[in-house]
Amino acid sequence: MSTPTDTSASTSNDMRPTGSSSSSSAHRPRDERRLPWYHLLLTGLAGLLVAVAVLAIADALSVASAILLGFVLHLLFGWGYSLVREGPRWAKDRLMTLLVIGAFAISMFPLLSLLWSVVARGMTRVLAAKPTTLAFWTTDMSGIIGGADAGGVSHAIVGTLLITLWASLISIPVGLFTAIFLVEYADQGWKRTLGRGVTFLVDVMTGIPSIVAGLFGLALFITFMPDQSVRMGIMGAVALSLLMIPTVVRNSEEMLRLVPMDLREAAYALGVPKWLTIVKVVLRTAIAGLTTGITLAIARVIGETAPLLLTVGMVTSVNWNMFDGRMATLPTFINQQYRNGNANCMSDTVTNPVNQEVYACSISTNIDRAWAAAFTLIVIVMILNIIARLISHYFSPKLSR
Amino acid sequence: MSTADTAPEKERSAPDTMSSGGRRAGDSVFSVLSIGSGLLIFVTLAAVAIFLTTESIPAITASREFSGTAEFSLVEYTLPLVFGTVLASAIALLIAIPVSVGIALFISHFAPRRMASGLGYMIDLLAAVPSVVYGLWGGVWLVPKLEPLYVFLNTYFGWIPLFAGEPTAPMRNLASASVVLAVMVLPIITAVSREVFLQTPRLQEEAALALGATRWETIRTVVLPFGRGGVVAASMLGLGRALGETMAVLMILAPGATFSLHILEVGRHNSIAANIASKSAEASGVDMSLLIFTGLVLFVLTFVINAIARWIVARSGPKS
Repeated sequence: MSTPTDTSASTSNDMRPTGSSSSSSAHRPRDERRLPWYHLLLTGLAGLLVAVAVLAIADALSVASAILLGFVLHLLFGWGYSLVREGPRWAKDRLMTLLVIGAFAISMFPLLSLLWSVVARGMTRVLAAKPTTLAFWTTDMSGIIGGADAGGVSHAIVGTLLITLWASLISIPVGLFTAIFLVEYADQGWKRTLGRGVTFLVDVMTGIPSIVAGLFGLALFITFMPDQSVRMGIMGAVALSLLMIPTVVRNSEEMLRLVPMDLREAAYALGVPKWLTIVKVVLRTAIAGLTTGITLAIARVIGETAPLLLTVGMVTSVNWNMFDGRMATLPTFINQQYRNGNANCMSDTVTNPVNQEVYACSISTNIDRAWAAAFTLIVIVMILNIIARLISHYFSPKLSR
Repeated sequence: MSTADTAPEKERSAPDTMSSGGRRAGDSVFSVLSIGSGLLIFVTLAAVAIFLTTESIPAITASREFSGTAEFSLVEYTLPLVFGTVLASAIALLIAIPVSVGIALFISHFAPRRMASGLGYMIDLLAAVPSVVYGLWGGVWLVPKLEPLYVFLNTYFGWIPLFAGEPTAPMRNLASASVVLAVMVLPIITAVSREVFLQTPRLQEEAALALGATRWETIRTVVLPFGRGGVVAASMLGLGRALGETMAVLMILAPGATFSLHILEVGRHNSIAANIASKSAEASGVDMSLLIFTGLVLFVLTFVINAIARWIVARSGPKS
């Protein structure tokens, strides 16, 4: 903040009539003389050009390195230019603006590159699947060995949907009733104390690492089962619901608290019992928010991998039974295919030992399947997110805003 | 309002005694259900603690520390994993915190008002991507891309212990895992910081601007001091997430079990979560018990971190 003093030193570009008067008014024109925003573009362009030139001379030219070096040079150029034309305080402001924009740009980079990779590699595989388009979503992995350029994720889609459904069946009633308890019942006496405790524990549950949830699902069942290597769908659903309940409670509680007290009091005044008030007034008013919150909670757990890795194992064909046998899910399928890595191709074709079909051999088939499954998973998550947004957009309570 | 009207209509049609009995039954069922759900949360968390503890007892009693005979040592097994977990998370936070604060400032104070919510949604999208997809992206796409950077750091900054050692391709090292972890905790830290920055008293900001402060000076003198507690709490939440994250580490890191600080070297570190995930399929008996013990350690670790985060939030809350 020592800048007001050094403005008087550089009188060369004082063109305002006030510039020659007292020192207090002398620094005002300098602060107000902001350069238009496109000067930033000019310095940016200069930075980029110099970066390209330097990299071309150093023989290390690539888009990524040019942008990176260009940005760093832009920081220098923009700051220096502003220092000369606008003074040190604004120069610092410019520098920070550039840094903040850079931080945002840097975060967009992984998002875009990730989405691009998934779409480019995954969607291609889904659309180009053999023998027909979308066969990837309708076939399973039974009999697919080596580098066979075939197979699909129907078993994993079934597993993911079933396990998520069961996790929701456990979590939504528990979560919703807990939220109702916190908002409607925990107002006085021992219930209030209990409510405080529940809020704290829900906070703790939110922080449970997903792998610990998986360990809990595993430990719970292997304690009571004779077979230590037991793995089944319901174990995964229990583990997932441990992660889902806190999200449902949090979201629902927030929504229920938004319901105005007037509505409840009006219902009580009419002699409506408490439970009917909750069902017919509170829940109905908050239904849009509740549905949105629950959909987002489902979207959160549907991509969970670690708990399922521990509790449901992996199979190659469809298993509809939650209580018997291992199940495949999309996240664990992605992990498994990724870990298989590149396949060995001894010959050009691979024969399916089950139905004697012959497939082409592809070295990258495992990784391709992983991308395609990732694409499938992201499509499901995005659909859930869009549903949540649509619900909150079209059915949000008319009275709150 | 119409919903409230229809309800008493139904009640009125029934005889009075019946209706009050029905009311009480409905009320008590509902109250039992909701209090029961609240209690179930207690029971669940107690069950988590109890099962993790009872299942890890065989490993504790069989370990060298307690029995004096077995070959494996609890401390020797767990400590390198704890070290790897904490180191990976710490580096991830070092990368993520400045970037997240920058993004949060960008969205709350720099971006045009109309764009702000859309940009915030873009960041939230990062949180919606499943962790296994991050692992896949990191392992297949990012690791080869980072190689030149690692070679550069190792060659010119090798005198710093972190970048020392001999990195070998493919770069499945702790640094790569940390970069992906940083991307994963970024949306969490950003979301919380953004909310805090937006809560800065408008009048204070306007006062700073009226005194002639530039936008950055306003942020430095008003917004950042106000939001410091929030940023610290957000970072702790991010740390909790990074400590427990499994897939990014499992799919990227080539495991090892040392206390090496050389984050560019391959096969030196592992994290608790990734170790559990990779070994649980084959483990049984005491091995399984040992894994569950490390899970318990992780649970306690994240619990402590999250408790500190909540304490900071609670302490800095009323002051604002």
